[in-house]
Amino acid sequence: MKHTLAALVENHPGVLNRVASLFRRRGFNIESLAVGTTEQEGISRMTFVVEGDDNVGEQVEKQLYKLIDIIQVSDLSREESIVREIALIKVRSEKNNRRDILDLVEIFRAQAVDITEYSVVIQLVAHPETVDSLLENLAAYPIIEMVRTGRIAMLRGPQAISVPTTEPVEVARFHQASGRRPEGELPYISE
Amino acid sequence: MKKITGADIVLESLKKIGIDTVFGYPGGVVLPLYDRWPSHPEVRHILVRHEQGAGHAAEGYAKASGRLGCALATSGPGATNLVTAITDAMMDSIPVLFITGNVARNLLGRDGFQEADITGITMPITKHNYLVMRAEDIAPTFAEAAYIATTGRPGPVHIDIPKDVFIEEADFEWPEQISIRGYEPFPFINEDEIKNAVQLIRRAERPIIFAGHGIIQADASKELMEFAEKSGTPVLNTLLGLGSIPQDHVLSYGMMGMHGSYWANHAASNADLIIGLGMRMDDRALGRFADLNPTANVIHVDIDPAEHNKNIITTTPIVGNVREVLKILITQFEPLSHIDWIHWIDELRRDHKDSFKVPEVDELTPQYIESRIAEKIGNEGVVVTGVGQHQMWAAQLMNISRPRQLITSGGLGTMGFEVPAALGAQVAEPNRTVWTICGDGGFQMTNQEIATMIDENLPVKMAIMNNGFLGMVRQWQELFYGNNYVSVNMSQPDFVKLGEAYGIKSLRVSNKSEVDDVIIEANNHPGPVLIDFQVETEGNVWPMVPAGAALSETVETSDQVKAL
Ligand SMILES: Cc1ncc(C[n+]2csc(CCOP(=O)(O)OP(=O)(O)O)c2C)c(N)n1
Ligand SMILES: [Mg+2]
Repeated sequence: MKHTLAALVENHPGVLNRVASLFRRRGFNIESLAVGTTEQEGISRMTFVVEGDDNVGEQVEKQLYKLIDIIQVSDLSREESIVREIALIKVRSEKNNRRDILDLVEIFRAQAVDITEYSVVIQLVAHPETVDSLLENLAAYPIIEMVRTGRIAMLRGPQAISVPTTEPVEVARFHQASGRRPEGELPYISE
Repeated sequence: MKKITGADIVLESLKKIGIDTVFGYPGGVVLPLYDRWPSHPEVRHILVRHEQGAGHAAEGYAKASGRLGCALATSGPGATNLVTAITDAMMDSIPVLFITGNVARNLLGRDGFQEADITGITMPITKHNYLVMRAEDIAPTFAEAAYIATTGRPGPVHIDIPKDVFIEEADFEWPEQISIRGYEPFPFINEDEIKNAVQLIRRAERPIIFAGHGIIQADASKELMEFAEKSGTPVLNTLLGLGSIPQDHVLSYGMMGMHGSYWANHAASNADLIIGLGMRMDDRALGRFADLNPTANVIHVDIDPAEHNKNIITTTPIVGNVREVLKILITQFEPLSHIDWIHWIDELRRDHKDSFKVPEVDELTPQYIESRIAEKIGNEGVVVTGVGQHQMWAAQLMNISRPRQLITSGGLGTMGFEVPAALGAQVAEPNRTVWTICGDGGFQMTNQEIATMIDENLPVKMAIMNNGFLGMVRQWQELFYGNNYVSVNMSQPDFVKLGEAYGIKSLRVSNKSEVDDVIIEANNHPGPVLIDFQVETEGNVWPMVPAGAALSETVETSDQVKAL
């Protein structure tokens, strides 16, 4: 089963490294990863697709939460969501087959974004399965280059994935709440 | 406000987070920091002899006291020498702040002299790490780092600072508040899960508690005992959970796991309700996961939700500080008792106690020595160990009954932990007697820290269990590799001469009859003492759960291993 997870992360240097390192170490298999900015400054959004059973999905989510720079993780495969991917596909094409290719472009509601004497570049924004299907239909033509962004996803309806509000912690107080040495003098603050 | 240097800001920040001692080792890029140290006498610097020693000493300090430890090293080799200790702290959830210097900002990434990508290296072995690129960021980074290291599930945090950031000047502004969006160390305790847990507790006929390190870290010993007493539940300890309940408590049944007792392991396998408290369901404690006890219900209380359902499937996971959770749980049910179940375990204990005691032989055994040391120092002393057979015997036989009494490397199993960790524990607890039970192998990995003990007047007592072997490995070769001893038999230096060369009191013991006197002599000596105990060479630790076996397959003799 595929899990599509969306994570809001602090846009700190090294955050991608932290996430990649975690996936490698725990042996989680990333099928696709897309990173970009969000409506909020300083926060990026990562969308992962991970292969594995529900237990793997749960562990990925929890392990991600252990990273301090990860603010919020949602498993979008559990809910109704819009899933999209962009593909750019460069096909070798000459006069004799150009019409057929452009027909496919139309059927898939793709776009031909660059046409030369010998090539067509097709752009498709669609569900990844639709992208797969277009590729199958293009199999008869020589594809000379292809790039896909990896999937991005968003919940349907008005609810949104957002940053939870956190109460700031008084530095001088945090140790008391931390549950250690309740009776004794406070270990951490020197004054 | 007058601007001060980054170096001064580091030292002021250390004072703010209450660090009174730094275990460190200087080098090129941290020179600007050391240069300012004399102006900050409130922070004691202890010069170790190897950065690994600094790291383990900081761990020993943190484990003995519950306070944040701190170790410091220079860039490149200094920093990489810390890696073992950082990993050890990560595996055992020990709050330690690791500080390293790095090459100047304009040289980062250019493979300059003594540059190591240390933040890249420590990323997977720290709870969090930082590279500080501006002097003005130092104070907020230290405030955040200390907060992260000591709250929630504690752990190591690493701060890397380029050389010129120590020199750059900035205002020293200590933050009054911290707000980290991605970090919630005080989770809200889920009432539904509490209700589910209470139902399971009420219904259980054969409940068992696995009490782990979290009990000690959360200061929840008292609550653990109250909960066990009220619910009539026997308590087993993981290695790092030892001390969370006194061994002579009626409901305490000692250590479970690979070298746990026969009765503890069978109780774990026959319970109908497992209550894991502040422990992480590790394979050394639980044996083969699939066969731990597939029919039992499992309540698992841990502050780190990622531990739930990681190794075994949990019926009722409760996320929270184990002390807070226990405080709530205790109020939710009427007193319960499970007499038949407890009798069943007691009977097992009666029938199998021989595999879990000091052997009655004339030879000098580590078991005998360790039990005598325990007897002589009592529970107010601190016991540190290395890793191997001597460690398991310490766990089994030293009557560990007080939180923070035992300091040992559990998750990583780091040989060489014993000498520097003991040094750190003695710094944290100057009024306690600190004994470290050393393997002859492990001792030779870090014994240079004896020099540090002398410099700093740390009267640690080092008891080397000199069996001439990498004993635990030899035991495995004997039992599981048909007696094929390969690279486990080492020649040793004359440990007494070695100790004398360092200038400390050094003694050798080869007879049982001398043991008590020597322990007393060491205890009475005001400085460090080294004792070379020439023990039986080929003793084995029993009982044992062979690697990959289930707890119910605990064996007590070599013949049983051969029959497997
Ligand atoms: C740094 C390190 N290297 C290797 C090991 C593997 N190992 C585990 S126990 C052991 C033998 C320890 O020998 P010693 O310190 O003499 O203790 P003994 O078992 O003899 O009591 C070894 C080599 C380890 N745990 N740590
Ligand atoms: Mg040995």
